[in-house]
Formats: sequence, structure tokens, C-alpha cells
Amino acid sequence: MIGRHLLSTEDLSQEQAIAILDTTAELAAVSDRSVKKLPTLRGRTVVNLFFEDSTRTRLSFELAAKRLSADVITFSAKGSSVSKGESLKDTALTLEAMGADAVIIRHSASGAPFRLANAGWIGGSVINAGDGTHEHPTQALLDAFTLRRHLRSGAGDLAGARVVIVGDVLHSRVARSNVRLLHTLGADVTLVAPPTLLPVGVDAWPCNISYHIEDALPTADAVMMLRVQAERMAGSYFPSALEYSRLYGLDARRLRLLSSEAIVLHPGPMNRGMEISAEVADSPQAVIVEQVTNGVNVRMAVLYLLLGGAEPTTSTKEGV
Amino acid sequence: MSPARVVLDEADMVRAVRRMAHEIIEKSRGVDNIVLLGIPTRGVHLAQRISSAIHDIEGRLVPCGTLDVTLYRDDLRMRQVRALETTSIPSEGIDHRTVILVDDVLYSGRTIRAALDALNDIGRPAAVRLAVMVDRGHRELPIRPDFVGKNLPTSQEETVRVQFAESDSCDEVVIEQIATGVAGT
Repeated sequence: MIGRHLLSTEDLSQEQAIAILDTTAELAAVSDRSVKKLPTLRGRTVVNLFFEDSTRTRLSFELAAKRLSADVITFSAKGSSVSKGESLKDTALTLEAMGADAVIIRHSASGAPFRLANAGWIGGSVINAGDGTHEHPTQALLDAFTLRRHLRSGAGDLAGARVVIVGDVLHSRVARSNVRLLHTLGADVTLVAPPTLLPVGVDAWPCNISYHIEDALPTADAVMMLRVQAERMAGSYFPSALEYSRLYGLDARRLRLLSSEAIVLHPGPMNRGMEISAEVADSPQAVIVEQVTNGVNVRMAVLYLLLGGAEPTTSTKEGV
Repeated sequence: MSPARVVLDEADMVRAVRRMAHEIIEKSRGVDNIVLLGIPTRGVHLAQRISSAIHDIEGRLVPCGTLDVTLYRDDLRMRQVRALETTSIPSEGIDHRTVILVDDVLYSGRTIRAALDALNDIGRPAAVRLAVMVDRGHRELPIRPDFVGKNLPTSQEETVRVQFAESDSCDEVVIEQIATGVAGT
């Protein structure tokens, strides 16, 4: 239904994206039961291959796979053969030899999941959990699911929804995935950032651009705040953290510029006081904690849709 | 493919539903503790019809929901991944109640086996019963229905379709010969 891999939101048609969101809605009910377990992926092996640090995404995938009764192995780069110089290829061949049905990969190099999926090293499915500054498709899907739940009563697409994304777009794979997916779902996206944090060629992206957060807020149905990577401040992208926060941060005063129905999202982790004030993060309009719950459910849906049917290489019978 | 043969028309289906509703009320000795769960898609329509018939007879509304069994099927790996249907358990829950599973056709029994596994993860009913519009035989598991609209002996070269106006053109039950070389569902 969605192909063999999930590498990029660019690969998803509107129909496929909605199928993932609809599947997520059904699987969400499992989290409310006392027995939070489904037998569907029993016997499948899912590998978390994380070359970059991550707690949230890794745990989310791990929980999603376990709720579907799959076996999960986590491979993190620190203290592994990678630090001894092992290549991606050899790591992949090792996992294939162990019988991985799906590999969830987070890597600092953009394109690493594509390489893993297409090099012929592994037979299973590849899920991109974030590659460099390129894409983070499951984050975009969980954001879209959250938006749909609040803005469209949990059904259909996001046609006409006005979404504003504020922050370090230049280095953000979350921004890239979201712009693509939200466009596919029919939403109207506006990126807000200082010119130094917008990539060259952003005017070709299917979204609007603004340098002024207060211009974008009044008409927004939802605002997504992106973390500013504090380590970048030495790179002269803006004069000081304080100035960035004053010009682009979402505080209580700016929250009041938003409609009372509008929601505030953040992929996490947050720098409270920098891009988002503590007051906003804890306000009833912020759906940041719900995003985490939705993240587990979206990842369950993706794992089900990739692994829940016949393996693509073995289903040769038509219609059976 | 030989033409489809109508075995139950709209009026026959209404009578069957009414009789099943009476049987359910009789066997459950009232409607106090029962929950109807229809298996999507057509089991849901049948469950609603039965609920409506029970209401006509007893003047009370029985909690009615849906139970999708896709994730519990034993044949998932045999074909392309299936889309999920909706599961909606009434707010009263199923613990300590008599759950009546409702489906359109009972054939191998594997769908009901999956439904029983699904129920097991949702709660602990006091009892589970099964209502179907058509029992067409050829059971592959030791499962039997409690309430049946029509017993229809069939061959494995035939297919039985229970049609409801809600999702098909009209209410009727139809048998037809399947084209050779195409596996049945």
C-alpha cells in the first residue's frame, strides 16, 4: 500500500498519506486498552539502527514495534563496531545475516537510508528516522495526524489548513518533511525564519515565506516551533540567542495573537525560553505531549503497513 | 460464471432478522446485559438491523459497536497488507457482559477465531455468542453459530454474498459460481 520502504514524504501520494493517518487512527485505540498489544507482527524482527543520538524517536519506534509483538533490537553507534570504523554496508550485511525484517535508520548523512534501501544489502524494509538535514518522514506524519485531529476532526486531508512553521529551517529535516507532506495533504504552509536560517532555493518550495512571525500568527490554524540548535549560535546565523528569542520566539504575548482555536506544536526537545516560552509550552493550546503519543501510533501504522502483509519479494501470486 | 441466484430477498431478510432478534432476547432472557459487536463491513449493517429489531420488540436499545479483526487474522502474510476497518466498543465495555458477535457469512470460522482473540485483548466478556445471516458450512475450526438467518449448504466453488442496501444495491442474499482459477475469499 505504501511501497516497501518509507524514506521520504516526497514518495507518498495523498492517498497513501491519508491511508497512513487512517491506520494510525485505528491503532490509537490500542493505547487506551489495558492490554496494549496486538499479535500482528509476531515473529518479525525490527532493528533500530541509530547512528545519531536520539531518545524520543528511538523509544517511540521501539514501543511501536513491541506493541505489534515484533522483536526489537537496538543498535546505537556509540560503543559499537561503527566506532571501530565499520562501514554502513558491513553493518547492513550483519543485520541481514541476523534476519532483520525492517531496519529503522537514523544517520547524520543525508541519503543514508536511500543507500541502505537500494544497495541490495538487505531484503527487508527501511524506515528513515531522520537523515542529516534531509527528511524525517514519521515526524511529519505524526504532526499531520495531530493537525488533522484538531483541525479536521480526525478525518480526511488538511485542505485549506493554515500551518506556520517557525525556526531553523536551514538545518531542519523536520521542516523539509513537513512542508512536503502538508503540501501533499492540501495545507497552506508558511515558513517563518530569519533570512540566515532559510536555505537557498526555499522560494521554490511549495510554501510561503515570511521573516516576521507576528504577520503570520493571526491567520494561523496551527504553529509549529522548531528547536534552534544552540550549537549553531557560533556560526553567526543570528547575533545572539536573546535577539533570536525576541524576534522569533513564541511567548505568551504572541500566543494571544493566535486564534483561540489554534494549536501549538513542537517536535521536541524544547529549549524552554528560547524558541518557546515555558508558559506557552504548558498552555492548553500546546499539543506537544499529545504529539509524542501520536508518534507511537503513527509508527505502529507505518510498521503495520510495511510489514503486515506478504513480503514483496515472495508474493508472486496475483490477487492471493 | 453462471448467473447469481437469489436465495433470500429483502422480505426474507427482514423476517430472518426479526426471528434472530427474538431468539437473542429469549436466549439472553432479556436485553439487560448484552452487547452487539458487528464485524466490518457487512456484519456492522446486520448488527444495526438486529439492534433495531430488538428495540422494536423490547423497546430498549442494546449497546451496539464494531470489532475489526484485521490485525488478528491468521492469513495476513498470504497477501498484500490490508487496510484496517473501524473498531468501536460501546462505552459500557464488554467486561461481564454477553457479547454477541455479528457477521454476514460463517464459512471457515477463521474470522470468528480472530474476533475471539481480539475480544480477549479488549476485556473479559461473561459469554460470547455468534449471530450470522448465512451459515454456509465448510468449517475449518471448531466454531458454531448460536443464531442463524439461513443455513445454506454450498460447494467450495460457490460464493455467498449477503448484500445490504447500506453498502450494496439492495438487500438480498445471493449465491453464485465463482470463475475457475480464482481463489475464494
